[in-house]
Amino acid sequence: MSEFPILSLVTFLPIAGALFILTIRDKEPHVVERNARYVALWTSGVNFLLSLYLWFNFDSSSAAFQFVVKSEWMPILGLSYHLGVDGISILFVLLTTLLTPICVLASWESISVRIKEYMISFLVLETLMVGMFCALDLMLFYIFFEGVLIPMFLIIGIWGGARRVYSAFKLFLFTLTGSVLMLLAMFTMYFDAGTSDISKLLTHSFPASLQTWLWLAFFASFAVKIPMWPVHTWLPDAHVEAPTAGSVILAGVLLKFGGYGMLRFSLPMFPLASIDFTPLVYTLSMVAIIYTSLVALVQSDMKKLIAYSSIAHMGFVTIGVFTPTTQGVEGAIYVMLSHGVVSSALFLIVGVIYDRNHSRKIADYGGLVHRMPVYAMIFMVFTLASIGLPGTGGFIGEFLVLIGVFQINTWVATLASLGIIFSAAYMLYLYRRVIFGELTNDKLKKTFDLTPREWSLFAPLLLLTIWMGIYPSTFLDFMHVSVDSLLKQVEQAQAVATNISFAAK
Amino acid sequence: MPLAETPNVIAALPELFLALIVMVSVVLGVFQKGGANEINVKVFRVVFWLSTISITLTAFLLILYAGERTVTFAGLFLSDTYSVFCKILILTGSVITLVIARQFLERHEMARFEYPIIITIATLGMLMMVSANDLISLNLSLELWSLSLYIIAAIRRDDIRSSESGLKYFVLGALASGLFLYGASLIYGFSGTTNFDELSKIFSASTDAKIGLGIIFGITFIIAGLAFKIAAVPFHMWTPDVYEGAPTPVTAFFAVAPKIAALALLIRVMVGPFGDLWAHWQQIIVFLSIASMLLGAFGAIKQYNIKRLMAYSSIGHIGYALIGLANGNEAGVRAVLIYLAIYLVMNIGCFACILAMRKDDRMVENIESLAGLGKSHPLLAAAMAIFMFSMAGIPPMAGFFGKLYIFLAAIENELYLLAIIGVLTSVVASFYYLRIIRIIYFDDIDEPLDKPIDKEIGIVTTFAGLAVLFFFLYPGYLVTKAATAAASLFSG
Repeated sequence: MSEFPILSLVTFLPIAGALFILTIRDKEPHVVERNARYVALWTSGVNFLLSLYLWFNFDSSSAAFQFVVKSEWMPILGLSYHLGVDGISILFVLLTTLLTPICVLASWESISVRIKEYMISFLVLETLMVGMFCALDLMLFYIFFEGVLIPMFLIIGIWGGARRVYSAFKLFLFTLTGSVLMLLAMFTMYFDAGTSDISKLLTHSFPASLQTWLWLAFFASFAVKIPMWPVHTWLPDAHVEAPTAGSVILAGVLLKFGGYGMLRFSLPMFPLASIDFTPLVYTLSMVAIIYTSLVALVQSDMKKLIAYSSIAHMGFVTIGVFTPTTQGVEGAIYVMLSHGVVSSALFLIVGVIYDRNHSRKIADYGGLVHRMPVYAMIFMVFTLASIGLPGTGGFIGEFLVLIGVFQINTWVATLASLGIIFSAAYMLYLYRRVIFGELTNDKLKKTFDLTPREWSLFAPLLLLTIWMGIYPSTFLDFMHVSVDSLLKQVEQAQAVATNISFAAK
Repeated sequence: MPLAETPNVIAALPELFLALIVMVSVVLGVFQKGGANEINVKVFRVVFWLSTISITLTAFLLILYAGERTVTFAGLFLSDTYSVFCKILILTGSVITLVIARQFLERHEMARFEYPIIITIATLGMLMMVSANDLISLNLSLELWSLSLYIIAAIRRDDIRSSESGLKYFVLGALASGLFLYGASLIYGFSGTTNFDELSKIFSASTDAKIGLGIIFGITFIIAGLAFKIAAVPFHMWTPDVYEGAPTPVTAFFAVAPKIAALALLIRVMVGPFGDLWAHWQQIIVFLSIASMLLGAFGAIKQYNIKRLMAYSSIGHIGYALIGLANGNEAGVRAVLIYLAIYLVMNIGCFACILAMRKDDRMVENIESLAGLGKSHPLLAAAMAIFMFSMAGIPPMAGFFGKLYIFLAAIENELYLLAIIGVLTSVVASFYYLRIIRIIYFDDIDEPLDKPIDKEIGIVTTFAGLAVLFFFLYPGYLVTKAATAAASLFSG
């Protein structure tokens, strides 16, 4: 390990920042608050720059885990502190490090109480999220995966809206229930394979009967996290009550835990069970896409509408992952990435007008284009990106997923495309009601357009959305090799299984 | 064995030392001006510090003289790595619950010199209990310990709740002791010996067919008696009432050291003499475990008194620890020991926080009175939140690792039902732990707790909080210690 432990640094730098914030003391509360904000911004900003090192030095021609850090952690059990990224996880790490400074900046003025604790929560959250994507040891993965609940619970519970307590509890208990079952499955894997090293587990073949149970246990956790119908109900509540930045992180990164987990565990480790359960996943995803799209159509709360649209988008992810074809899997990852950017931006967009008017009700708005033309323009771009218009990031991912699934099952492809039409319906309907029409609400007449701070939030996301839409190769090149090796592994496992069953006959 | 043989005193040196100190302190306490019934803070302090220091010294003696497995006093007393590990936990629990109690006792006119003495006697009983190698010495130490606990529960004899809790504890405890004795006599009657080593030899040599019904009955009664002491369902009924009724420092003491001692004893008896009968007693332990986890999780949901809530929480924790014992092997016992160590730290911290719950110089016990703690006492609130998350078993807190080892052992031995019920009840239990966090952080302040909090409490919560929060950085030390302790139990 003579190499510089860049991953450890990217993972734990935010914690260092959080500890630093903890030591800030001053007689004047506003000085403390200002310093806490700046420390958080600087830490997360520097962390983003550091993570760019990964981007530039990543060898995309290798499917192996890179920037590996490993040392012994728990004796007797042989658990280790083991981090590394491959083509699947690296972009999620970058997404996380990009969104955290944006979140800090987004909360600059809208959070006015307990700033110190707020900033600490976000920095701790960043560490846990980055660690989750980098972890290469089962237990380490679980600790990061589950630990995220603590800051998220506090963020929603302390700085959330009126029904924050209910939402925070719902988020916590739903996710925990799924996760504890996954924990037991992890133990079973550990005893079956004799190791908790994820890179070794990837090549271990579990007995077919065991795979079924393990797959179900992991699915219980990931399906809640993604979330899939019918365990999605925590998400709209959590989104509505969370502060803007909380929603951004929730939609931008936390929802990706499930999809990432399926790619990292369910598919490569339990390939046989994955085949068996594909119809189940397809059915649930279809229901999710169509049902939640229809539900989104009738929402009167902007955040809730976007939350439901997230569930529909995640339906594409689950379909893509379980195709499993190159296009489908790459498309699933791409949908997650572009959704991470677009839905984050949409929540920020809602946040902007919420800060000004303290309402998320669609009915309270209308005619904003007269007062906020720039805002209307940005809102338009992200609306179209969410719909999946060609030229935006949303299009590439959903298109790839549809190509992938079309080769497997035309019906699923057809029904999933319906989802895109619905998404156009609810997003454009939302846009029309908020932006166009007469400016009737008197309160809105004093509303002002974007401030420079808000501009700086949207600029990187805007750039990224267009970039992802126009030149997807930049991003897809990272994952080709890793996805190919993943699929090859799945094919092999399945081929072996069919041979055995033929031989048995 | 000829009586003339001098027993090896070194192995029992810590206990002898503690016994001596107890006698000295009694004399010190009695010879005071104004008679023994007066509350004399000066005498109290002298006895208090003498007890505290000597309990700490006992721990050092233990570490100093810890060695190979030694049996002494004609096979009645045993010292091995397992007993040393448990004794260290017990002594830590006793001394810290004693230290955080001092200011409380002085404030509430409970500064009687008997208090530290009885705690010390109870501690002595616990130490002897863990070292017992014979049903007779076991019963002796069990009674020494139990009687001290009855008295200490009723130490506020002018307070109806305290007296009631002491009496309740005594009546039910005496019943349990009776059950235990009956079981022990059955064992003696059907095997002809009370010595653990002899019993172990007899059972390992005999086949299942030879194990008489009397032995099985005996074991069942012994488990029932001991299950009462650890408050496992269905022998838990006294716990919520005693926890609520006893003065808070006493509750803190009850929740920590005696629990650990009784569980350590149960493990010793189960895997020692009756280790080969594992198949016979396992299902009893499995039942106790499941029932305790369920009751601990669901019983606490509706509780508003923090001490009552902690009582249910401790019942639940015992349920988890029993999963480890149900394995009946080294991995299981190791898991229990790790669990107990972590449980000790969490509970000490938690009760230190509870002791800080004062308004207008009066103790408050309703959990709603913690409202707004996050604003008025940020550090105390953070510590409490850490303990609550830890008790709920959320990573990266120490409590998670405790559960981790327990469930690992269960999965390894294919006790899937126990493991699944265990994790699901831990989700249910997390609800009421989260409720406390909600009150601390989400609810608005109505009337803040008194400031400043006692210095001892501040120190203890800080250290316990840091230990629980940063346990994940270096779990190795505790794990290897527990592993050697568990190994010594199985090699003997």
